[in-house]
Amino acid sequence: MGIITCEKITKKFGDFTALNAVSLDIPKGKIFGLLGPNGAGKTTLIRIINQITLPDSGTLLFNGEPIRPEAVECIGYLPEERGLYKKMKVGEQAIYLARLKGMDTRQATRELKEWFVKFNIQGWWDKKVEELSKGMAQKIQFITTVMHRPQLLILDEPFSGFDPVNVNLIRKEILAMREAGTTIILSTHNMESVEELCDNIALINKSNLIVSGGVDEIRRRYGNNHVEVIYRGTEPVALADAPARVVSDSEYKGNRRAVLDVEKDATNAEILGELIKGNDIVSYQELIPRMNDIFIKLVTNN
Amino acid sequence: MGKSKISVIIAREFAIRVKKKSFIFTTLLTPLLFAALMVVPSLIAMYSEGEEGLKVCVVDESGIVMPYMESDSEVTFTEVTDRSIEELKGDFDNLDAFAVVGISTLDSSRNVSVVTYSKKQMNMDLQSRISRNVESAVEENKLKGYGIPQLEQIMADVESDVKLSTYTLDEKGGEKASKVEIFMVIGYIGSFLIYMFIFMFGSMVMRSVIEEKTTRIIEVIVSSVKPFQIMMGKILGVASVALVQFFIWIVFTLLIVTVAGSALGLNDAAQTMAAASPEIPVDQITAAVQSEGDSFLQALRDINYVQIIGCFIIYFVLGYLLYSSMFAAVGAAVDNEADTQQLVLPITMPLIIGLFMMLHTFQYPDSTLSFWGSVIPFTSPMVMMARIAYGVPAWELALSVGLLAVTFVGMAYLSGKIYRVGILMYGKKPGWKDIYKWLKY
Repeated sequence: MGIITCEKITKKFGDFTALNAVSLDIPKGKIFGLLGPNGAGKTTLIRIINQITLPDSGTLLFNGEPIRPEAVECIGYLPEERGLYKKMKVGEQAIYLARLKGMDTRQATRELKEWFVKFNIQGWWDKKVEELSKGMAQKIQFITTVMHRPQLLILDEPFSGFDPVNVNLIRKEILAMREAGTTIILSTHNMESVEELCDNIALINKSNLIVSGGVDEIRRRYGNNHVEVIYRGTEPVALADAPARVVSDSEYKGNRRAVLDVEKDATNAEILGELIKGNDIVSYQELIPRMNDIFIKLVTNN
Repeated sequence: MGKSKISVIIAREFAIRVKKKSFIFTTLLTPLLFAALMVVPSLIAMYSEGEEGLKVCVVDESGIVMPYMESDSEVTFTEVTDRSIEELKGDFDNLDAFAVVGISTLDSSRNVSVVTYSKKQMNMDLQSRISRNVESAVEENKLKGYGIPQLEQIMADVESDVKLSTYTLDEKGGEKASKVEIFMVIGYIGSFLIYMFIFMFGSMVMRSVIEEKTTRIIEVIVSSVKPFQIMMGKILGVASVALVQFFIWIVFTLLIVTVAGSALGLNDAAQTMAAASPEIPVDQITAAVQSEGDSFLQALRDINYVQIIGCFIIYFVLGYLLYSSMFAAVGAAVDNEADTQQLVLPITMPLIIGLFMMLHTFQYPDSTLSFWGSVIPFTSPMVMMARIAYGVPAWELALSVGLLAVTFVGMAYLSGKIYRVGILMYGKKPGWKDIYKWLKY
């Protein structure tokens, strides 16, 4: 049982169906990628989890029980469109947002000071938000999202607007929070960070859940079961009794590169065991597709 | 949980406004203005009384006018017999007079002509006083010319002296002195202030909703607090700003007036008047003090200021709550202030209708229109304030306040629904149809 379980959640706005019977299980303590093209229904799903919007039908379980209003205090939400009060001072504002999440002023101040030290921004406390650059304000917003130590963190495009140094900083924090047991829902169009960070994903397209599961499993599932063999020699690859057939075989940077189509239930050990008999192998790897390709394939096919 | 969060929101809405320089400025300076309005006319009245009266030299060639030129504390008429008006005019600087007045000899139809010279512009009061005096001299002279026997008795008999005293009967059958002018002024000021404050603080709520929407912080906040609580927190926060402002205004005005009054030694009547009625414009008070009208003062004293201020606060608060929830819904529906014009129409229309009804009401406080206007919730805050000084039966007040409160609850519910959907909608400017649809989401 995951931290969030959606059972056949449907949401309509007038004639428009934003979510159509979506069922999902978001495992605890993992990073869950919520993917989908623009307008697919991701934001609606996120808002339903945040209890900003109520579903028309279906149930939403939080830690195995129907979600209650108090759950908002266990959730941190960083919306895609960032925003803070421009005229309010950074410290004051962060404390205000923390109090809305149920913290008291003292606790919030202590927690905040720690974050300010960690991000090396102690001098910002009494600045107004309008005096900060966009990236600086994003940092503040990230802190206000996580400062109440939520069990579930929902991050919508958390890296947008950050320079590479800060992307790294945020990524480190996200991973550290997963280590500490926080569940993270990451909604992003950046497939590289999905491959790198996410344990599981769900892909939503046109209001429907298309696919969900572990990242590696999905990549394999949508691969063609191809492996790439690079070997020394001038002759085409010797297959011996390997349960595979050659797709291509050609010169490759002084060596040769062959792509093999492997039979469904063959193991790498079996194939390598056969290949090694007649070839001087440099490298061997499964050709699993990039998330990017899977995303495009699934979205355009539908 | 919900309750403590709404108080966090109220506290922020209150704090950000109260800390603003503009708030501190208007809150502290307005009582000075009020106090100045009250004290200065009394001061002027006091000092002008202390001054020596204006000296006016009169050359009366007709020989009939001078007895009618009565001097008093303000003006002293001095007859000059040894010089002509032309000579006086030429020697004006040595006369130490404000003006010289020349009255010609009687002409064939026993009229006179009058000419005045002065360095400074003569005010209307003095002008009309001179011409009034001259006219009565000429009239009486003409009447005498008819040789009517017993003329003086006839004149004394004919002179009419009708005093109009108006009293309204209260429910206990007692009488109270009634001065319609005062009631009109109280009604006018009370309801106009309510109109102004509802507009001012209501659009403050609207702007604040729009700000949260355009800065996009609203999405973060709705993930912590229910939209209805956010809306109510904002409305109540602004209401507390308004009430604190009123409170400071009233206390400071009274304080300044009392201190300034005793320091400057203003007469008691003006002080008590001013102290009792921060809502009443001062020209009215000083007029009352200056004019000999005792019944006027009596009427001013008879007015139940506690009731009027109490009603003002109640009607302001309820009217503001009703309208500000509508303002909040409009703010939630649009992306920026420029788009509000079409949608605020149903808010401003009843407010303006209320204002027009008020203009009718303070002249005809008991007409059918005034009754309905003061009972129907959207206009009642303004119209009832216009009636209140005249005295309103308790059941009408109760009905009006009750209806207003019930309507607020209903409106807050509807506005909450619009607000809930609107704050998360961006892009397309919504029309009436969209908003109607949102009510059903």
